[in-house]
Amino acid sequence: MSNHPHLLVHDHEDNVGVVVVEGLTAGTDMLCVVTHDNSDFRLTANADIPIGHKVALKDLKEGDTVIKYGEDIGKMVGNAGTGDHVHTHNCKTKRW
Amino acid sequence: MFDASNQTVMAWRRENGRVGVRNHVIILPVDDISNAACEAVANNVKGTMALPHAYGRLQFGADLELHFRTMIGTGANPNVAAVVVIGIEPEWTKVIADGIRKTGKPVAEFSIEQKGDFETIRAASWKAKEFVHWATELQKEECPITDLWVSTKCGESDTTTGLSSCPTVGNMYDKLIPHGLYGVFGETSEITGAEHICEKRAATPEAAEKFMAIFKEYSENVIFAHQTDDLSDSQPTKGNILGGLTTIEEKALGNLEKIGRECTYIDALQAAEAPEKGPGLYFMDTSSAAAECITLMAAAGYVIHTFPTGQGNVVGNPIVPVIKISGNPRTLRTMSEHIDVDVTGVLTREQTIDQAGDALIECIRRTANGRYTAAEALGHREFVMTKLYRSA
Repeated sequence: MSNHPHLLVHDHEDNVGVVVVEGLTAGTDMLCVVTHDNSDFRLTANADIPIGHKVALKDLKEGDTVIKYGEDIGKMVGNAGTGDHVHTHNCKTKRW
Repeated sequence: MFDASNQTVMAWRRENGRVGVRNHVIILPVDDISNAACEAVANNVKGTMALPHAYGRLQFGADLELHFRTMIGTGANPNVAAVVVIGIEPEWTKVIADGIRKTGKPVAEFSIEQKGDFETIRAASWKAKEFVHWATELQKEECPITDLWVSTKCGESDTTTGLSSCPTVGNMYDKLIPHGLYGVFGETSEITGAEHICEKRAATPEAAEKFMAIFKEYSENVIFAHQTDDLSDSQPTKGNILGGLTTIEEKALGNLEKIGRECTYIDALQAAEAPEKGPGLYFMDTSSAAAECITLMAAAGYVIHTFPTGQGNVVGNPIVPVIKISGNPRTLRTMSEHIDVDVTGVLTREQTIDQAGDALIECIRRTANGRYTAAEALGHREFVMTKLYRSA
């Protein structure tokens, strides 16, 4: 199990990644893998974050564009520090 | 090297040359009030299946055309060996029966007015029994796997679908479509946010233009015409949000992973419209609601459906086997009875997308050879007509 990543990131340009394990707890030193080229890095989770949910890979401020798949998926409507949970409480579509 | 495209399946070659992977005799109601008679016939004659639905009266214009197209297409699907059509009156019943007859398969029609349910059920049961005896003697033959028409639509998506199960379908399409497979993807609303990317995946400027016209029409006439606040309460769905999807753009990018890396779509189809430009990938204008979408793709002639799911959608279809693919370990832990292809290894990095694609092709092959999908074994037969506007 120790070689299984906790977090997957689609592309190097992305500023969020996805938790891929159940029961991730705050303080976990996450193994993070970029699926594009299988490169890895480590990041500490700041909260208990459910499987499938996103984590900020860098400090994100209100108004910043959130990038996933190397594409614009919306904007921050609140702040998130590196390792924080990013979801509907601080991120929203730009569409409506 | 393993070449998935060289595989064959044992399946039924129909009168019109199309390949079917199931051999249903269906009892098809033209309208809602003929459901009872159809269900009675299906109860009388084992080996038949009634397809009850909610509509078919007082429809008009484009909505009626879609109803006819869906009914005729369902009967014409190569997974159907023969059809008994029952309607309240003879004229629309004949429109549907004649439409199905163009395939060359056996079709019989019955109408209820001036006879009543009893007499209709009696006469239709005799014909249904004759069709069952005939259909159950039909022999399968060896057919290239690439003679299949395979549709896709995902459901109860989450962030794992974009990472694992959707690219698994995309990998299957990248491997089989160049060798003659027909594919189709749809879900117009779930392309919102990635329409610029979808536009670029068209094979020709005409196909791109047609897709963008459908997308624009949908945005203006469906979404903006009916919106109350914004779409955030519906897209992403509550299930999507629980699974970690935050915005429609994020959902759309994951959704588009289903068309692979290399495939381009050669045409943009209306709902339930049969593809007519030869083998390849097509886009179809559909709702993103699972049962509606699969019903429309089945009516266009697709014989196997591939269904990536994250949080665990349980949908099936009465005539088309629905293959569920999931990479979410929680879903595999809590509802594995619904999942046909486990791609959780993609998330643990123990399985590549290439291997996951091969696993899906193997499941398609076994399903085509007759193995029941989870949805078939569990009796999921959701048959849902798409309605464009209220009846007259």
